[in-house]
Amino acid sequence: MSPDYVLEARNVSKHFTVRGSLGRSAVVQAVQDATVRLKPGQILALVGESGSGKTTLARLLARFYEPTSGEIALRGEPVAGGGRAARRAYHSDVQLIFQDPFGSLNPLHRVRYNLDRALKLHHPSLDGDARLRRATALLERVSLTPAADYLDKFPHELSGGQRQRVVIARALAVEPKVLLGDEPISMLDVSIRLEMLNLLEKLRAEDGLALLYITHDIASARYLCDDIAVMYAGQMVESGPKEEVIAAPQHPYTKLLIESSPDPERAAGDRDELFEGADELGEPPSLIDPPAGCRFHPRCPFAMTQCRSEAPPVTGLGDGHWARCWLHQHGRAGELARTTHAAAMARRAPQEVAT
Amino acid sequence: MTNTRTVLEVRGLDVEYVTADLPVRACADVSFTLGRGEILGVAGESGSGKSTLITALTRLQRPPAVTTAGEILFHGRDGAPPVDLAALDARELRRYRWTAVSIVMQSAMDALNPVMRIGAQFADALRAHDKALDKRAAWVRAAELLAMVGISGDRVRDYPHQLSGGMRQRAAIALALACRPQLVVMDEPTTAVDVVMQRQILAQVLRLRRELGFAVVFVTHDLSLLLELADRIAVMYAGRIVELGSAAELYRAPRHPYTQGLRDSFPPLHAPLRPLSGIPGSPPDLRRPPSGCAFHPRCARRIEGCDARLPLLEAVGDGHQAACLFNTREGAGR
Repeated sequence: MSPDYVLEARNVSKHFTVRGSLGRSAVVQAVQDATVRLKPGQILALVGESGSGKTTLARLLARFYEPTSGEIALRGEPVAGGGRAARRAYHSDVQLIFQDPFGSLNPLHRVRYNLDRALKLHHPSLDGDARLRRATALLERVSLTPAADYLDKFPHELSGGQRQRVVIARALAVEPKVLLGDEPISMLDVSIRLEMLNLLEKLRAEDGLALLYITHDIASARYLCDDIAVMYAGQMVESGPKEEVIAAPQHPYTKLLIESSPDPERAAGDRDELFEGADELGEPPSLIDPPAGCRFHPRCPFAMTQCRSEAPPVTGLGDGHWARCWLHQHGRAGELARTTHAAAMARRAPQEVAT
Repeated sequence: MTNTRTVLEVRGLDVEYVTADLPVRACADVSFTLGRGEILGVAGESGSGKSTLITALTRLQRPPAVTTAGEILFHGRDGAPPVDLAALDARELRRYRWTAVSIVMQSAMDALNPVMRIGAQFADALRAHDKALDKRAAWVRAAELLAMVGISGDRVRDYPHQLSGGMRQRAAIALALACRPQLVVMDEPTTAVDVVMQRQILAQVLRLRRELGFAVVFVTHDLSLLLELADRIAVMYAGRIVELGSAAELYRAPRHPYTQGLRDSFPPLHAPLRPLSGIPGSPPDLRRPPSGCAFHPRCARRIEGCDARLPLLEAVGDGHQAACLFNTREGAGR
């Protein structure tokens, strides 16, 4: 039986030790007990604020470092340890694309060399002519045509969008099954971001590539992905089909994130009303000493006593949609749809906010 | 005649980068008027000239950038004749910095001194413009200013690195407001923070504007944000304003193909999804600008003459201007 998932992070945690003041060391719980599963041809968006652990999770999936606990599985098989050869084999299936297309290419070498090196490493049997044909085909796949014009350019001679295309072409050189994109379009000009999203969608459709799309831009996540997973303070708090998660978020943090995203459609109304109650939304906690219970409780307008002491369990909501919030266990989940974060915050009793 | 409802009038502003080989005209013939207490959004991509415009307005530009033409007329509250900021020397300018015009930069770390306590930086700015203010009172005022942006007053004793990124950005806004300026220029103030903090900052800017009455020039590449925040929006392309109008008009009925392309480059958050294509091609190299309309090589509505004639910004509706031959041609046909 072939496994359903091409890549999984199973209950992974990653803790970093940092040196604090006065020589004391502290442990940062960057990712805590996170599970992510990617099917072939699936696009999953991973969203959350900066510092929520998105990038750490992507790097665990790319095996930049090993998880503190939990495991990464490729086609159902756990991967761990192994030497350089094992890692190279892993990276011929899983490739990571960084946010910064300027730092991802060797600036001293032409596009031809940057692509050739990846081909040489991962396809040692190909001769020089075959590699050149591959490199040409790769540039055509990412719409850098005519390819001959781009092969001999240096990275600095390309625009940001062209450079990110070369980065994607190089990732594709190894014929991966999974692409991990860490904010792959956020440094590009607005007018060319869509081309990049459309290119990623094309690669999924043509090659059955699975994609983990990490972003804080919910609108672009909705445009590209099938499913959305939401991280807060190192933990997964909600996941499900995109339209369900965006239209009816089932975790108060997801709700805050979506209501905070720019939405020109609603701009028609009164502006002061639109931003009412939004001038104090709080900030994510320190991951050295995260809040007990649900990590979102200090910012949550719905928080109950239990939320302060006990971590909420996962509540399945059908259709692969789930959330980790006590509201579901207390029959209060309906409140999420009836109010906004700001309105609920204003109603929250002042003494509750203080504690 | 002085106009008490206007705070800033920019007329025919040209900024060039003077280099040995090819001079680059980064701002060309930029003109707009800003009302007292108005929020004007300036949207544009990299190389559109929006940052050049900001450094010219605030007179913070450095060589090789040179303002080669135009006026930046600042109207004071007192109804006195306007002052051309572009014509003042460094000493005269000092009277206008902080009290008339202040700036919030993209990275608060560029505005805050990393080795000075927050309170000391506020006190410096406050006391430079109010010699009568003693040190103690300046620190008290600093705490009040921080409280205004939701930061506890006791953080005045902190160094910038002890604040979170979002707090630093809010502290930079409070600092910009310290001397009660009439105009605050904001250069991508929320680009380095995430969406929740961005919304907080925008909500605070709106509230403070209501309370203090300052006008804002808000520059960003994120048109979707401006559509929610700004009263009016100027869209820049290749150094020129190509469209200027109310946020609602620009969203509903953009009259320049670039504005339309930019608007359609943001997928909707809730409306039905459809395939979007962005704008093909990339922004021009200003060392070798295209002939005629700089957008013509990327324009889907290009007509005869677009590659030869430079379209001027002209009225296309009530308070709405666009620079596109297509509009002129349509109007002539009617």
